[in-house]
Amino acid sequence: MNLAARLFLQRAVLGALIFVGAFAALPRSADATTVERIVSPGGIAAWLVSEPSVPLIAMDFAFKGGATQDPPNRAGVANMTAALLDEGAGDIDSDSFHERVESKAIEMGFTATRDYISGSLRTLTENQDEAFDLLRLAITKPHFDPVDVERIREQTLSALRRATMSPNELATERWWATAFAGHPYAQPPRGTLESVPAITVDDLKNFTRKVFARDILKVAIVGNIDAATAGKLLDRVFGDLPATSALSPVAKAIPQGLGQKIAVNLDVPQSVLMIGGAGILRKDPDFMPAFVLNHILGGSAFSSRLYKEVREARGLAYSVYSAVMPLDYAALFMSATATRSDRTSQTLEVIEAEIRKMAETGPTEEELAKAKSFLTGSFGLRFDTSTKIAEQLVLIQLDELGIDYIDKRNGLVEAVTMADVKRVAKRLLDARMLVTVVGKPQPIAAKGG
Amino acid sequence: MEHRKSGIHGVRVDASGGRAIILAWAALAARLQSTAVGLAGVAAALALAFQVASAAAGGPEIANFTLQNGLEVVVIPDHRTPVVTHMIWYKVGSADETPGKSGLAHFLEHLMFKGTAKNPAGRFSQTLATIGGQENAFTTADYTAYFQRIAKEYLPLVMEFEADRMTGLVLTDDNVLPERDVVLEEFNMRVANSPEARIGEQVAAALYLNHPYGRPVIGWRQEIEKLNRDDALAFYRRFYTPNNAVVVIAGDVNGDEVKALAEKTYGQVARVADVAPRLRPQEPLPVAVRQLTMADARVAQPTLQRNYLVPSANTAEPGESEALDVLSQILGAGETSRLYRALVVDEHVATGAGSWYQGTALDESRFGVFASPLPGVSFATLEAAIDGVIARIAESGVTAAEFERAKTRLIADAVYAGDNQATMARWYGAALTVGGSVEKVTSWPARVRAVTPEAVQKAARVWLDKRRSVTGYLVKELPGNEEKRS
Repeated sequence: MNLAARLFLQRAVLGALIFVGAFAALPRSADATTVERIVSPGGIAAWLVSEPSVPLIAMDFAFKGGATQDPPNRAGVANMTAALLDEGAGDIDSDSFHERVESKAIEMGFTATRDYISGSLRTLTENQDEAFDLLRLAITKPHFDPVDVERIREQTLSALRRATMSPNELATERWWATAFAGHPYAQPPRGTLESVPAITVDDLKNFTRKVFARDILKVAIVGNIDAATAGKLLDRVFGDLPATSALSPVAKAIPQGLGQKIAVNLDVPQSVLMIGGAGILRKDPDFMPAFVLNHILGGSAFSSRLYKEVREARGLAYSVYSAVMPLDYAALFMSATATRSDRTSQTLEVIEAEIRKMAETGPTEEELAKAKSFLTGSFGLRFDTSTKIAEQLVLIQLDELGIDYIDKRNGLVEAVTMADVKRVAKRLLDARMLVTVVGKPQPIAAKGG
Repeated sequence: MEHRKSGIHGVRVDASGGRAIILAWAALAARLQSTAVGLAGVAAALALAFQVASAAAGGPEIANFTLQNGLEVVVIPDHRTPVVTHMIWYKVGSADETPGKSGLAHFLEHLMFKGTAKNPAGRFSQTLATIGGQENAFTTADYTAYFQRIAKEYLPLVMEFEADRMTGLVLTDDNVLPERDVVLEEFNMRVANSPEARIGEQVAAALYLNHPYGRPVIGWRQEIEKLNRDDALAFYRRFYTPNNAVVVIAGDVNGDEVKALAEKTYGQVARVADVAPRLRPQEPLPVAVRQLTMADARVAQPTLQRNYLVPSANTAEPGESEALDVLSQILGAGETSRLYRALVVDEHVATGAGSWYQGTALDESRFGVFASPLPGVSFATLEAAIDGVIARIAESGVTAAEFERAKTRLIADAVYAGDNQATMARWYGAALTVGGSVEKVTSWPARVRAVTPEAVQKAARVWLDKRRSVTGYLVKELPGNEEKRS
């Protein structure tokens, strides 16, 4: 217990870069905020940031096992479960539940991703008892009344119908369906127009029985609350959950279909392009070099190579980016953009050329130094609100990076060398990619692969 | 389910790069432009937030001062983390454009990143990319804003850069023309590819018979295509001057230190222009119930969007705008709202329904109502249900329980906002560029508390009069056109 970690590190040294002009960068070591690991009387662990200067409490939590736990042909169960938790629970019906949440201005929400199902709670400190009681009911005693299930099903289907005409959604869906054919990752987490109508109340109840358990729970609490009070509330909310989960095993996967280019016809003025391949898992020692490398290629908002070449120099797109995406059972490298139909081929060529160039020669020394400087310097911006801190602390726990990660993280970025990024550039980018293009039919450049 | 709050969005630690930032701020800009739900009470909600936050923290008060060159400055201290949000707000937006040059305010916003004589070719952005700062900008009908989020020691640096580009912008065809293509791609992404956005433009254009709020912020496509360097520079010289801007700084700073910095940086910028009063052509009294139907082959889920012409916080009589805030909360915010209860839960005619009110506007603003019918439900049925909900409030008023709930929610929003320095900066900036003041903002919670149930009922009766409205129906095909497509 009490493994304290400083939230803000001394600013990274900027090295030889010359840009500051008259204003020197002053080193700073503000360590007012600490993260503490607490364990409730009932044995539930959480990370706590006690911050008495705000009159509110933010709590985030997650259970491993999201849409990957959907039964075969029932994609969307995790997503519908998340949507139904606050639609009636315990002795409170759906209408009354929403009224009680609203009347105390409590914010409660649940989200399912491929790898986990998460929740967030925000309340004024004065309403903490009501907020945590309602949350306990939502997690331990959701109703799944047929009338509520049908309403949420209709809303889900409505969103899925919209998605059938969205180039962005289609490009994404087609990419995942191809890359992970036969694996749970192939299914859209929201489900499909075929799977959602088939979902039963039992599917939803089974999902909560399998997944909502203390052994896979991660919690972070931030705000005007002390460790003793937080411990009691943890027991109140999560204490009745079973000790162990019953997750179905999920196989590791590597993306398939690499080298293919898939075109989907849709009559839209702007085509959406997705390019992706195998990535690097979060626990792989090469992850941090890959993260830094990607920042230079397409991660940086206004200075990445893709931004400069696709947007600034050629005006081909408004948004262009790349990302490294580690999941629990696979890792991806992805890039995406959208451009007018007649420039689709040109845009794809520019992106592929930039990827190839980076694979072959890596970044320049200046780019590497600048990327490290940005990534270390901007880390603190993730921690300037209670809600953002709670989110980050749950993500760090899901990725099993340790409570000292916040202290260590900038050092890990600093330690990345040119040899590291060049090695990783080959590993990550000198590879075949799967491309999906959604838009008006255009000749797609037939290239390698 | 749009209104659900969600905590984590599947972004992994160190896996999101700059993309999440772009998306988040793009979403913000879109919300500001499209007058979304979250902006209810924006003009004002900050006061309580500040009082609570600063009182709890024992922190200093908000500082508000004007430099000799006319630049107004607002400082919102939040000393919890060594981070600062720096924003500059110019009192110019798409409604200030010359007819025929739609999209110019937004185009110039893009071009402001092209460099100055002193800091050429994106040195500002390059510097932020080095020190770990986030930046972006957004444009609405009434204002154009630029921001940076940085570690506090870099505040003097970004103030220096921002002061420099207030008057030092250098544009060439080489950097202007590719950027116009970028804006056209932004148009494709936001509007052309989105049937919902396209009908939203049509409804607003039909609502405003005379006022430039009827023009889309991003512009009409055929006019964007012709914007050029000379247009941008002329607009820049007319509106970008210290006496037409407000700087808002929130975070780990206090008023005195910012004042010294502001005088050293912004204080050195001479006035470029006198700024004329913002007198746009105003709307005549609306008299006609208007409907329009737009077909788009990509529509898989029909929707209804209705806009009413209503007062903004700036044009309203005392108490009216606050009553509209409460009305919008009761009528269409979330699962407890009248529209959701009636259309989605009880009458089972819609998958979703809600309302919004944009109080933050210089001139007469909009109150929006929207709904998506369940398959097989006609627009006539859907609209009858909407009209019934509104008529019941207009005729019978609101219940004590929903009235209290709405006020509690609105006032709590302000407290939650106090946790987020960037939100605070946005609220102040928006308020001060559309005729508000720090004082007016500070008194907002008290004004919301003073709203009576009778005032809410009256707002529904007076302002949600169909003769003040345009209703748009978004469909896949116009009736009778089915045969032509097969």
